[in-house]
Amino acid sequence: MSSTRPTTALKLVPPWRDDLDPPVDHGSPSLTIINFVVRMGVIGGLILCIVGSFSYAAGWLSPGLLTQTKIVNGLEQVNGVQPGFRRNHAKGLCITGYFDSNGNGVPWTKAELFKPGRVPVIGRFSIPGGNPYMADGPAVARGIGLAFRPIGGEEWRMAMLNLPVFVVNSAQGFYDQVLAMKPDPATGKPDPGNVKAFFAAHPESARAVTIIKSQPFSSGFDNSTFNSLDAFWFMNAVGTSTPVRWSMVPVDEYQPENPAESATPDKNYLFDDFITRIQSGPVQWRMILTVGQPGDPTDDATIPWPDNRQHIDAGMLTIDRVESEGPGTCRDINFDPLVLPFGITPSDDPLLSARSAVYSQSFRRREGEKKSPSAVRVPDARDGG
Amino acid sequence: MTMPRAEQFAFISRVLHWTMAVMVLAMLFIGIAMVASLADYRWLVSIHKPLGILILILVTIRLINRWLINPPPPFPAGMASWDRFAANASILTLYILMFALPLVGWAMLSAAGYPIVLYGPLSLPPIAPQSPMLYAVLRTTHTVLAFMLFATFIGHFSGAMMHALIFRDGVFESMASWKSRSRA
Repeated sequence: MSSTRPTTALKLVPPWRDDLDPPVDHGSPSLTIINFVVRMGVIGGLILCIVGSFSYAAGWLSPGLLTQTKIVNGLEQVNGVQPGFRRNHAKGLCITGYFDSNGNGVPWTKAELFKPGRVPVIGRFSIPGGNPYMADGPAVARGIGLAFRPIGGEEWRMAMLNLPVFVVNSAQGFYDQVLAMKPDPATGKPDPGNVKAFFAAHPESARAVTIIKSQPFSSGFDNSTFNSLDAFWFMNAVGTSTPVRWSMVPVDEYQPENPAESATPDKNYLFDDFITRIQSGPVQWRMILTVGQPGDPTDDATIPWPDNRQHIDAGMLTIDRVESEGPGTCRDINFDPLVLPFGITPSDDPLLSARSAVYSQSFRRREGEKKSPSAVRVPDARDGG
Repeated sequence: MTMPRAEQFAFISRVLHWTMAVMVLAMLFIGIAMVASLADYRWLVSIHKPLGILILILVTIRLINRWLINPPPPFPAGMASWDRFAANASILTLYILMFALPLVGWAMLSAAGYPIVLYGPLSLPPIAPQSPMLYAVLRTTHTVLAFMLFATFIGHFSGAMMHALIFRDGVFESMASWKSRSRA
């Protein structure tokens, strides 16, 4: 009978049991106790391996690992949890307008929106920091988030700062900076010891701050130059890729910061000035592409490219409307720098992937939370606020 | 006396099963690594989205194959009723989740207002209205379903191993063996 029993390679029939009738249930010869235990052990071991590698992939076995959760937790730890607000750049103002492309970008990228024509733009001015009620100030950097939304075409999002270079060049650097700059409750200022330790550990940041300080901020959002900081690859129709950084260069003339103005009791003077400014007409920036040369760093946002690089004027950004943050406005847009049209790809800058990850973590947390009005209010705006 | 043994799945069913097994397992690992990662986030996301849609397409083909073309062979006569129930329940759950996860992911990105770029110029249209609260709910749902899929996979894998190593009733070989077996 045993000779007619079907066998497979996996099936081990102990020769000394060969003459026994198989068990009724499953039609297989019985296993010895030891054999059974060994096989169950193998199964348990395999399951343990799978669950173990899953836990490893999740980062659960590496408590020291810097994750997006850890960075956003760090921001919350420093700023407190501000429900419904971005975990960084919490204070902001919505802007809308359009980009008129002049076609000069076409030789560098096949992205449709660089062809001559007009593209609707929605954006957001902001200041860094996770506290949505913090006061504007002379030393506070300014940010602009932009979403180019060609009708029926591919969207392009970007988040830029009015700095010539970024302060850090890695996610770890950003995390260390957030913690080091945590204000001491007694003085309201960061602990000088922590700041010193941060710059000692991150010489690239010390160098970047020197460059940043050499270019004093302008008086407002309207005359600030905003820079992409990170590099991207532009790919044209014949497949040539070029590293590019870009800037929004204001048409409004540069004015230095007015100390009298920053001493104003208006905690939102930067935003309020822009709201006043736009009442006298649209505010414009030229979009300037800076074409990198071989050897220009694409992976380090703290290092400027040489001044003599080719600059392409690709078109004009016009902002003609402001709006308080509210439902359906820029509030619910994640200005993820990796939302790119076909023809633009990320560089090897590690900040890009990290920013995308951390922004998504911040977005995920705030979107489910109850929303509060922004500190920045546009008077007489029909935004439901 | 010849014992009843499971018949084999059709060749196309086995190909679909093992292709999807690799893809779904990879997807679970990519997903869980993605939400923690910083440096690898970008490329993990760029695989996660098109792979999810590919799984959605394949599971549709697979269900059509299972229902209309190649119904699965019956369980062997000797298989215990609790075991049949567990096998059926885990297979049903796996099918539901293989449909639900990509659809929830797609809807979630739609509700968030992200463009859903699969590869290069290839994008998908939104399948849900843009809404912060809907996004938040779908985002959580996506995670919960993913953990359910991982747990169900572990159950399915454990069952398969029990049949392969303990019961040895041909159920595992009906999907795993590449030799076309002579049916005794």
